[in-house]
Amino acid sequence: MATATHQLTEKEATAHPPAEAVVVRFAGDSGDGMQLTGGQFTLSTALAGNDLATFPDFPAEIRAPQGTTFGVSAFQINFGSTAIETAGDQPDVLIAMNPAALKMNADQVREGGLIIADEGEFSARNLAKAGYEANPLEDSSLAKWQVVHFNISQLTLDSVKPFGLGNKEALRCKNMWTLGLALWMFDRDRQPIVDWLKVKFAKAPELAEANIAALNAGHAYGETTEMGAPFKQHHLAAAPAEPGLYRTVTGAESLALGLVAGCQLAGVNMFFGSYPITPASPLLHHLARLKEFGITTFQAEDEIAAICAAIGASYAGQLGITSSSGPGIALKTEALGLAVMTELPLIVVNSQRGGPSTGLPTKTEQSDLYQAVYGRNADSPVPVISARSPADAFDCAIEACRIATHYMTPVMLLTDGYIANAAEPWKVPDMSGYAPFPVSFFDTPPAEGEQVMPYARGDGLARPWIKPGTPGLEHRIGGIEKAPGTGNIDYSPAAHQEMTDTRFAKVLGIANDIPDQDICIGREGADLVVVGWGSTFGPIHQAVRRALAQGKDVAHVHVRHIWPAPKNLGDLLKGFNHVLVPEMNMGQYKTLLRDQYLVDAQSLTKVSGHPFRIAEIAAAIDKALS
Amino acid sequence: MNDATPIPTTTAKDWASDQEVRWCPGCGDYAVLKAVQRTMPDLAVAREKTVFISGIGCSSRFPYYMATYGFHTIHGRAPAFATGVKLANPELDVWIITGDGDALSIGGNHSMHILRRNLDCQILLFNNEIYGLTKGQYSPTSRVGTRSPSTPFGSVDRPVQPCAFALGSGARFVARGIDVHKNLPDVLKAAHAHRGASFVEIFQNCVVYNDDVFASFTERDVAAEKQLWLQRGEKMLFAGGAKGIALDRERLALKVVEADDPDVLIHDPKNRSIAHMLVEMPDGFPMALGVLYEDPAPTFETAVIEQNAAAAKGKPADLQALVSKGQTWMVEKEPHKL
Repeated sequence: MATATHQLTEKEATAHPPAEAVVVRFAGDSGDGMQLTGGQFTLSTALAGNDLATFPDFPAEIRAPQGTTFGVSAFQINFGSTAIETAGDQPDVLIAMNPAALKMNADQVREGGLIIADEGEFSARNLAKAGYEANPLEDSSLAKWQVVHFNISQLTLDSVKPFGLGNKEALRCKNMWTLGLALWMFDRDRQPIVDWLKVKFAKAPELAEANIAALNAGHAYGETTEMGAPFKQHHLAAAPAEPGLYRTVTGAESLALGLVAGCQLAGVNMFFGSYPITPASPLLHHLARLKEFGITTFQAEDEIAAICAAIGASYAGQLGITSSSGPGIALKTEALGLAVMTELPLIVVNSQRGGPSTGLPTKTEQSDLYQAVYGRNADSPVPVISARSPADAFDCAIEACRIATHYMTPVMLLTDGYIANAAEPWKVPDMSGYAPFPVSFFDTPPAEGEQVMPYARGDGLARPWIKPGTPGLEHRIGGIEKAPGTGNIDYSPAAHQEMTDTRFAKVLGIANDIPDQDICIGREGADLVVVGWGSTFGPIHQAVRRALAQGKDVAHVHVRHIWPAPKNLGDLLKGFNHVLVPEMNMGQYKTLLRDQYLVDAQSLTKVSGHPFRIAEIAAAIDKALS
Repeated sequence: MNDATPIPTTTAKDWASDQEVRWCPGCGDYAVLKAVQRTMPDLAVAREKTVFISGIGCSSRFPYYMATYGFHTIHGRAPAFATGVKLANPELDVWIITGDGDALSIGGNHSMHILRRNLDCQILLFNNEIYGLTKGQYSPTSRVGTRSPSTPFGSVDRPVQPCAFALGSGARFVARGIDVHKNLPDVLKAAHAHRGASFVEIFQNCVVYNDDVFASFTERDVAAEKQLWLQRGEKMLFAGGAKGIALDRERLALKVVEADDPDVLIHDPKNRSIAHMLVEMPDGFPMALGVLYEDPAPTFETAVIEQNAAAAKGKPADLQALVSKGQTWMVEKEPHKL
C-alpha cells in the first residue's frame, strides 16, 4: 500500500498548478532503462499534442556499479499546452527508482513538487551506497516536497508473475510499470507503447507480454489506489501548433535527415566518414541505414582517416561529411586545413561536449567555438554554422551542404550533446518547398595550348569542381601553396599573398549570401539585447519573453551564422545599450563579438554540463538592466 | 573499367606532366618515376582515370610529375584519402606513393587498415631508410646504430620490416623492387594486375642522406649473389642459378642449398607461411625480390558497393517519405492561441 509521507491538503497541493506545463524527471540506475522510459513517455506526450522538450542526462559509464550516485541516469521532459523551448528549470515531478537517484535529483525539484520513490530499493545497503545515513523516506529530510513511496519493485514482480521470468528479468520490467503510472498521471493512451513493445520484443513474445502487463499494472495502480491529494491525474490540453503532420525528432535524427536532404538538393551522393565518439555517433548510426539515398558510410580506423576519406570522396565528386566531438575535431584539424587549401567541399559536424580533453563525454557544452572559428594553423578560414534545437538542425544541415558545394569550402556545423540527444516535436517539412541547389562539375577541356585552370575563380570566388575521370582536365592538387589559376606549386611571395587573400575573401563573401540578422523578440535599439547561439536558444528566448511581459526593454538576437556573420550584425548590436551573451563556455562568442565589432559585450557563462535555466538568464537580465 | 571508349595508345612521355622535377640529382626517385612512366602505356588504362595520391616526404612529390589526376595530401594519410576516392568512384585506378616515414611511422595505422581492408590500389613504398625531406633523421626502417642529426650516437630502436608489416596486416599482394633495377616495371605490372591492395616495397637510394645503404645487395658485383628474383612456378634460384632456397623442415626455416638439391622450393605466391620466411631472411641469405606473395581476395570497395546496392534494393529514395517516417500525428487546426 502506498504511503504519502506528507499528506498535503488539496489546496496546498494545487498551490503551484502545472496548468500550462509540467516538468517530469525520471531517474534511476543506468541499468533501470530510464532513457527508454523517457523516450516512450516523450512519444506519448507528442501524440497527445503537447509541445515538449527533453533532456537526457546520463553518465559516461555504460553500467556503473549498481546503486551508486555516479551511475544515476535521468531523463527530464518539459511538456505542456503552451510553447515549450527548454527542458524546464525545475522538475515538478521526480520519479526516483533508488536512493542514489533521489540523492542526485531531489534538490532540483521545485519546492512543493512531487517525489515518487520505489521504496523496494531503499534497503540499508542501497541507502549506504547513496550516502544516506538514515532512510529519507522515513524522516523529515524531504519535508519541502510531497513524497509518495511504494514498492514498485514488488508491484512489478507481482504483475509479471504469470510469465515465469527469473527475478532479474522480471525486475527489468520496473521501468514499464513506472511508465504505466506516468501515463495514468497525465491521462495518456497506452496503445502506442503496447505497439512499440510488441515490435521491440517480436522475437521474445513472453517479454513483450510481461512488459505490457507491467505497463498496465502501473497504470491500474494509479487509477485504483487512493493516494490523496498530491497524486492526481492531470490533463494538459494540446499545445498551439500550426496545422500539419508532426513527429518527434532528436537532434541527431534531424541532422541526419538534413544532411540527406542537403545532398539530394545538391544532387550529389553523400560520403560519410566517421569514427565512434560520444555524443556524435548516433549520426553515423542513422545514416548507415539510408543507403537508398546514395549514401556511403565509412567507419574509419580513426578520426583522421574519417576526415581524410571524406575529403578524398569530395575530390572524387561526392559530398564528403565527417562528424565528431571536440577531441576528435582536434585530430581532424590538419586535414581540415588541407580541405581549406585545396578548396574542396566538406562538412565537419561537431557535437560539442564538455572539455578539455575527454572532459565530460555525455554532458553538453559550447566550448568549441574558438576551435571552430580560429582553431587551425595559419590563415585558414572556414564558415561556421550552429544549430539551435533538434528541429533547427535540419535546416542548418541543408545550409551547410549549400555553402560547402556552392563555395567549394569546408563548413563547420556546430551542434552539442544536448541538441543531439534531446527530442522535440517537429512539423514535417514539405520538401517541395526547398529550392534545389544542384552542383555542376566542370568538364570543359582547355583549348589547344591552354592550361587546365583548377583554381580559376567563378561565382563567389569559388573554384571549379573537377572530378578525376574527366578527360582532358588532368591536374594535380595538394597542400603546398599554389599559383593562382593553374594550381601548380608556387611558393612565391606574390602567389601566397594572393591565394591567402582569395581564400579569406571567398569565405567572408559568404556574408553576402546569407540572410540579414533579425531580432527574435523585442525592439531594435532596446536597453539590453541578449545574444545567443546554439542550444541556449530555448532558455534565452523564454527569459527574454518573461522580461518583456514584465515591461522590461529587452531583445533577443539568435545567431545561426557564426562565421562569417550576417553583414548587419555589428550595426544591429551597436544599436543596443547593453549586450549580454549567455553561453555554455567561458565567454568565447563574447570575445568574438568584441573582436569583430568593438561592442561592450558581457558574458553570462555556465559550464556545469547542464543547459541554462531560464531563471539564471532572467537574473542576469535583471542585473544587466539595473 | 567498363568504359566503351578505347584507351588511346600512349608512350612514357604522355604520362609525364609539364612540371619540373625537383628531386636531388642522382636520387633514386628519378628511376622510379621513369619506371612508372614507362609502365603506364602497357597497362591499358586511361590517363583521366588514373589518380596518384601521396602523403608527405620526398617521394610524395611524385604525383606532380605524372600527367594524370593527382592529390598530394598530408603526412601519412594517403591511404585514407585513397579509400574515400575509391569508394566514391571505384572506376578510378588509384596509386599511392609513400615512403618509409610516411607509411610506417606517422601513417602506420592507415597502412595497416588499407591492407587489411584490401582496397583495390597500388601502394608504392619508397624505402630509403631515412627522412630525406626533413634533412636526414633516422626513420622506422633505419638499421640499429644509424647516425643521423637526431641520433648522433646511433639509433637504438630496431627497425620495422615493411613487407613483414604488410603480411602481418593482411596484405594479399606483397612485392619488392629496386629503384634502378630493370625488373621494376614487371613488378609494377604485376601489382597493377592484382585486384586488391598491392604492396610494393621499392629500395630507393637517397644519395644525400643515406647513400649506398642497400649496396650490400644492389651493387653490380654482388647483385647475382645477393638477389633472389622470385618467379611464380619457378625454382627459387640465385647466384647465377648456382644456389637455391630450400626449407629446413626440422627448424621450420629457410636454408641455402646447392641448385641441384631436390629440396629447392618452387615459388608458390599463395604460400603465406613461406612468404613470411622470404621477407625476413637473415644475413647470409639473398634479398627476396619480385612478387613474394599474391593471393587475391574480395576488395573492400566491391564489398561496400555491393552491400550498399543490396540494402537500397527496392527502396525508393523518397525524401518526403523519409522525413515523414516514425510515429507521427496530425494537427488539424490550431488548438488555441498562445
